Amino acid sequence: MSQLLKVNDLAVSFNTYNGEVQAVRGVSFTVHKGETLAIVGESGSGKSVTTKALMRLLPKRTSVIKRGEILFEGEDLVRKSSKEMQKIRGQDIAMIFQDPMTSLNPTMKIGNQIMEGLLKHRNMSRHEAKKKAIQLLQQVGIPHAEKRLHQYPHQFSGGMRQRVVIAMALACSPKLLIADEPTTALDVTIQAQILELMKDIQKETDSAIIFITHDLGVVANIADRVAVMYAGKIVEIGTTAEIFYNPKHPYTWGLLGSMPTLDDTDEDLLSIPGSPPDMLNPPKGDAFAPRNPYALKIDAEMEPPMFKVSDTHYAATWLLHEDAPKVEPPQEVKRRMAGFSQTGVLPNVGEGEQK
Amino acid sequence: MAYDNIPKELLEPLEHQESDQEKISRPSRTFMQDATRTFFKSVPAMISLIVLLLTLLMSIIGPWMNEYGYDDQDLNRAKLPPRISWLEDISWLPFTGTLTETFMGTDVDDATTKALMRFDTDEEFVDIDVIAEGDGSRGSAEVKATFHPYEAKDLHDTYFWLGTDNLGRDQWTRLWKGTRVSMFIAFAAAAIDLLIGVVYGGISAYAGGRVDDIMQRGIEILVGIPNLVVVLLMIMVLNPGITSIIIAMIITGWTGMARIVRGEVLKLKNQEFVLAARTLGASTGRIIMKHLLPNISGIIIINTMFTIPSAIFMEAFLSFIGLGLMPPEASLGTLINTGFDNLRSYPFMFIYPAIVISVIMIAFNIMADGLRDAFDPKMHK
Amino acid sequence: MVRYIIKRLFYMVITLFIIASVSFFLMKMLPGSPLSAQDKLSEEQKEIVLEKYGLNDPVPVQYVRYLGKVAKGDLGISFQFSNTPVSKIIKDRIGPSMQLGFQSLVIGTFLGILLGMIAAIFHNGFLDYGSTFLAVLGTSVPSFVFAGLLQWIFAVNLGWFPVALWEGFEYSILPTVALMIFPMATAARFIRTEMLEVLGSDFIMTARAKGITEYVVVFKHGLRNSLIPLITVMGPMAIGLLTGSLVIEKIFAIPGIGEQFVKSIMTNDYPTIMGTTLLIAFLFIFIVLVIDILYGLIDPRIRVGGGEK
Repeated sequence: MSQLLKVNDLAVSFNTYNGEVQAVRGVSFTVHKGETLAIVGESGSGKSVTTKALMRLLPKRTSVIKRGEILFEGEDLVRKSSKEMQKIRGQDIAMIFQDPMTSLNPTMKIGNQIMEGLLKHRNMSRHEAKKKAIQLLQQVGIPHAEKRLHQYPHQFSGGMRQRVVIAMALACSPKLLIADEPTTALDVTIQAQILELMKDIQKETDSAIIFITHDLGVVANIADRVAVMYAGKIVEIGTTAEIFYNPKHPYTWGLLGSMPTLDDTDEDLLSIPGSPPDMLNPPKGDAFAPRNPYALKIDAEMEPPMFKVSDTHYAATWLLHEDAPKVEPPQEVKRRMAGFSQTGVLPNVGEGEQK
Repeated sequence: MAYDNIPKELLEPLEHQESDQEKISRPSRTFMQDATRTFFKSVPAMISLIVLLLTLLMSIIGPWMNEYGYDDQDLNRAKLPPRISWLEDISWLPFTGTLTETFMGTDVDDATTKALMRFDTDEEFVDIDVIAEGDGSRGSAEVKATFHPYEAKDLHDTYFWLGTDNLGRDQWTRLWKGTRVSMFIAFAAAAIDLLIGVVYGGISAYAGGRVDDIMQRGIEILVGIPNLVVVLLMIMVLNPGITSIIIAMIITGWTGMARIVRGEVLKLKNQEFVLAARTLGASTGRIIMKHLLPNISGIIIINTMFTIPSAIFMEAFLSFIGLGLMPPEASLGTLINTGFDNLRSYPFMFIYPAIVISVIMIAFNIMADGLRDAFDPKMHK
Repeated sequence: MVRYIIKRLFYMVITLFIIASVSFFLMKMLPGSPLSAQDKLSEEQKEIVLEKYGLNDPVPVQYVRYLGKVAKGDLGISFQFSNTPVSKIIKDRIGPSMQLGFQSLVIGTFLGILLGMIAAIFHNGFLDYGSTFLAVLGTSVPSFVFAGLLQWIFAVNLGWFPVALWEGFEYSILPTVALMIFPMATAARFIRTEMLEVLGSDFIMTARAKGITEYVVVFKHGLRNSLIPLITVMGPMAIGLLTGSLVIEKIFAIPGIGEQFVKSIMTNDYPTIMGTTLLIAFLFIFIVLVIDILYGLIDPRIRVGGGEK
């Protein structure tokens, strides 16, 4: 499988009145053609900022890419001019945003909004673009596409709007689709529909997807690989199966432990104590250490490197150091890990392992 | 690997202190503290506040700073230009006590004669600077004439800091007296608007149901009638004066406040914290005083801050079209009106009141903007 | 929508009726007789005039007669200019007022939009502070102060423009500038805040993510969404223009409605005052109605719900 996107040591900061906020502090990952990478983490962990940096959509005035490179098909997007980026946006990389209620222009017919990208990137005539737009709307499952084309966003429900947003993103058949919490703002039943739609689309178009979410249930459902982010860094990355069955980082344990499942009704959910660090002054050493019951003394001194667990699985915790005390995940997490396989929460784990 | 030689003792479990996890990283402030902090940190708003306080101070002490009364008429000293004793020798400042104008004529004599006619005085009180000698054709000669009216009227040791008006009244005294009257009208109108508006809007929203319906229909009728028309009609019927201007302005003025207060109270009264207070058995009075008023105080202050300058404007506007105060009363509007009539020959009579009213209006608007930003960062309109 | 308009028109008639009635009775309470200025007339002649205009009839009779005439567009005969119907005075004088108001509104709004956009695009930059300060100045400084200064500097001292009167296009320049400051500043402030909000919204990010040029993002997506709400401040802007025109016409001695109105006040010319008041009231209410309907037509978000309101 060939590499589509390679991010190396990306760091992004925001200049605020109070000082520099280090939102992303050195993130590296790769995305292969046709795969789905999920990035999970709490609010403020830097996942949205990372993807907006990929699109170079961060506000110019307040944000700055401090270091790192974003290699998309071998070309570094960090060095591209705004004109060159305009050609890539929408055409090669497209994005779906969190809130479908606000991500459509309220005063423009949705047909025109879908056609905008086609007219710009594909040099289509209006007539062709319109035909393509109808086809896209049908593809994302909007009935009466021809009539719907002439309607305004407020005439659509939330789920339907998100379908429109997806149709917009798909317009130019992008090689990479970035979905920034596309289901968070939707009802649970609609969430499932949108996820199904995205899976179908991926099968049809073979686009790679970066899927940002804080919902592990969604991750299990859609992702091939998972990157766990905390305080502007990736703390663990691996295939979905590895992250769910063999998590190594205490933060991942915390995430898994706080995820409710259907079968264990009598069991307490595990919560992660404390709150994320202030990114104005990131703590020395491991940012997660203050909340980590398994923290080692070295965590206060030095940041852990990425330890290799397998060819596809890495985690940044000193617990993986050969001299470190051997710790087991908490009982609740272990039980849950076992539960996943019984209840089949992970339908595509099998596929993930084969890859 | 570089990490191989890490000392073993560091790879021991870390002892946690309970306080680490729940430590709040930044100090917490109440909304009010935050708002006042934002306001006091805004430079334009603070400058405006200082300017307004100074103006208010001057409107109180200004009229007492010299020996002239605001209605001391003396036609002998009418239309004297500004003259300040320690600034009169600086020729580029407008406080020399002289009037300067250029005159054109067929030749220098012709132009000089025109100058003397214009100032209605003898040659000895006018300095003539020849700009162009002229060739006898019309308007070819040009002279700059500087007239010394204080000398001409034998008022050598008299100083009118901002000059006198067409009836010889001291403009300095009248300016600050006028500022006082304008400010009084504006503050009184704004205060009454506030009182009626808050009570009406509050009752309407708090009572709800039929009471609210009836009270809102009342407002709708009033709002439909243009403010300007009501004010003009009222002023014509009432005898001109401070009271009638205030009355005319509040007849429609309070509706804005009432609508805003009603909207806010309606929004607040169904919010959880009010329901919670009610569930806990708080009395109506306590809910209004402790829960509703503090939360609408911000918007009331902001709205009042915008009412004051528009009331100042309305007074000046009415006085300017001849419906405001009657002489010898002074207000910024009457001063500007008199000044405008004398603008061509005696611009100082117009300029100073114009500056004062503009500064007051700008300062109030900037301060109101600052307050709005401070009290509600999300509010844009 | 049609039902909504009919309902609004009905309200408009009611409001006008109230204003006509109130102004009629207030005029009856006015101090001073319409003939007090006519010293040359003998008592007998005055009596004849009063009889001719029906001013000796009981007030309710006068009231009903007045309402009937107003409904037919007959606003009575001016006292000041004998034998001239008020409606004719208005007709003769509305031209300059309309031209002045129209020029000021169009140019002022256009410049205001431009200024506001520049401020928003260069947010927190030098251009932003400059145009914001201009806008504060424009909304704060009273129009008659501004007009007086313009007249003094550019007409009296520099002689670039005529000082007053209304005899050609160049006569309209200074009054237009003086009158347009308020709508310009209002529009500039409004567009600035609106643009800043719109440019920070999610759908602008979506538009950028589509790869369209920044120019299209700002103008097609940003400006369009900021312009629609501008209609809501067109009401206050038009009212400001009407108020301003009274003083501006006085300052520049323009033979328009405003100047006539101020003159009528001085001469106790009741029918003209009442007629002009009604006209001003009608314009106010009509403008507000048009703006409401326009807003309902243009903004797709409220177009559907508009009918039920």
